[in-house]
Amino acid sequence: MPKPKVAFYWCASCGGCEETVVDLAEDILGVVEKVDIVLWPVAMDFKYKDVEALPDQGIFATLLNGAIRSTEQEKMAHLLRRKSRYLIAYGSCACTGGIPALANQFEREQILQFNYEEAPSVVNEAKTRPQLAFEENGRQPHLPELHQVVRALDQVVSVDYYIPGCPPTPKITKAAVAALLDGRLPPKGAVLAPDIALCEECPRRDSKPTDVAFTEFKRSHQKLLDPQLCFLAQGVVCMGPATRQGCGAQCISGNMPCTGCFGGTDRVKDQGAKMLSSLCANLAAKDEKEIDAVLAGIPDPVGTFYRYGMARSLLRRKVNLSSNGSPMAAEVTGTKRTV
Amino acid sequence: MENETPPPSANGSWTPRIIAFFCNWCTYTAADLAGVSRVKYAANTRTVRLMCSGRIDPQFILEAFAKGADGVLIGGCHPNDCHYAEGNYKMLRRFRLLRRMLKDMGIAEDRLRLEWISAAEGERVKSVINDMVQKITALGPLNLPERCEAWDREVTRLEQAAAQTTPPLPSTPPIPTSEVAHA
Repeated sequence: MPKPKVAFYWCASCGGCEETVVDLAEDILGVVEKVDIVLWPVAMDFKYKDVEALPDQGIFATLLNGAIRSTEQEKMAHLLRRKSRYLIAYGSCACTGGIPALANQFEREQILQFNYEEAPSVVNEAKTRPQLAFEENGRQPHLPELHQVVRALDQVVSVDYYIPGCPPTPKITKAAVAALLDGRLPPKGAVLAPDIALCEECPRRDSKPTDVAFTEFKRSHQKLLDPQLCFLAQGVVCMGPATRQGCGAQCISGNMPCTGCFGGTDRVKDQGAKMLSSLCANLAAKDEKEIDAVLAGIPDPVGTFYRYGMARSLLRRKVNLSSNGSPMAAEVTGTKRTV
Repeated sequence: MENETPPPSANGSWTPRIIAFFCNWCTYTAADLAGVSRVKYAANTRTVRLMCSGRIDPQFILEAFAKGADGVLIGGCHPNDCHYAEGNYKMLRRFRLLRRMLKDMGIAEDRLRLEWISAAEGERVKSVINDMVQKITALGPLNLPERCEAWDREVTRLEQAAAQTTPPLPSTPPIPTSEVAHA
């Protein structure tokens, strides 16, 4: 019997998800023994045309990491969807947008301008930018175009399963791969990680007070953190209450609060709103001025609560950004409107 | 509610659509009082009654905006008057941060409003709603569903092409759900 074909692909991502596959260590040998890898750009030399030559659904499973942010990534998402029986969103970026989706707070032009002209480390007096097509020595290379909006994989093609995490841990990866190969699969659309909040498996769980009663918020670099005590009890935002478990509380064990990479549980529509709700309800202050003074300790609520989930949040993107580069109706003062 | 179109005004042009979350004990009762007193106010609100303003999950507010509301109004009991002692304070704290966050996401502050209206203040329901309608009319429509649609035009072309070229997928064998594989 031929071995099932498996593909790994990366889109807008940092490479950390690929690292997890390597972190399977010697267990990867067991996987490699059972499957045929047909595409893995980070480690092996296959060409897109090799994938195109496969029959539809010829790949048993594709693990795709990274958000969809360019025309090339979009095209590959469609190609791999067509060629794969199971398409799996692997890692926070593919599941919910991840760090790249924080770009949904800005216009594409703002991002390009900063990165190619204004960033302190950039020297680019001619203001050169990558072009979609150009000619060099008689060749005509093309580059993919950056999308205006960063998307999670399931906002572009239909996804069968989700493996969350930034990056997913070797443990849940191994369990998911085993489940796939053995055909022990939950219904389509399931997240292959436990459906319960991180606090439940947190080693500091017993030190979480019943009534947290926040009187201040400190960011983790502003305070010497107690290595035993619940972060919330220390006045540090920990996304644990609004985040799915499955990571083994690794950040907590490293004395860093949870930043929410596993996303919300199945019952949560918007992880950020849930976290905001939980934190704010537990403030001690009762009048506006005192409340604002405590909340001033969270200077960037969007970046704090939607660090990995902006693309799949209810609002998805800063609402007054354009769809084609020219700003839409100005909503909040300070946004320039050009016609 | 999902299929409802924005309320046409007398001349058929756009007027704001506001979702109002009112607590059972104070503000909803006040709105009732406004009704039985035949107080007239702008017909732009869709009221949702909840037991307490503390029950209002910020997800409800974001979802209202995401589904096409131009504004969200929250009404609760005055401080110290909450039927459940603390609910209105919880709402106030959430409101303070949520409104700041919405501003960072490009949604004008006037689109989210929190008011304490006691069961006796039917007149205040009228003045608050009229004032909010006026402010949001000045801001114009938020139109999030349409904005999302416009954003997604950059990916629909390939999607349509894929739909045309892909033959219907052969059905995969049913998967036993009893053996849910969780890590």
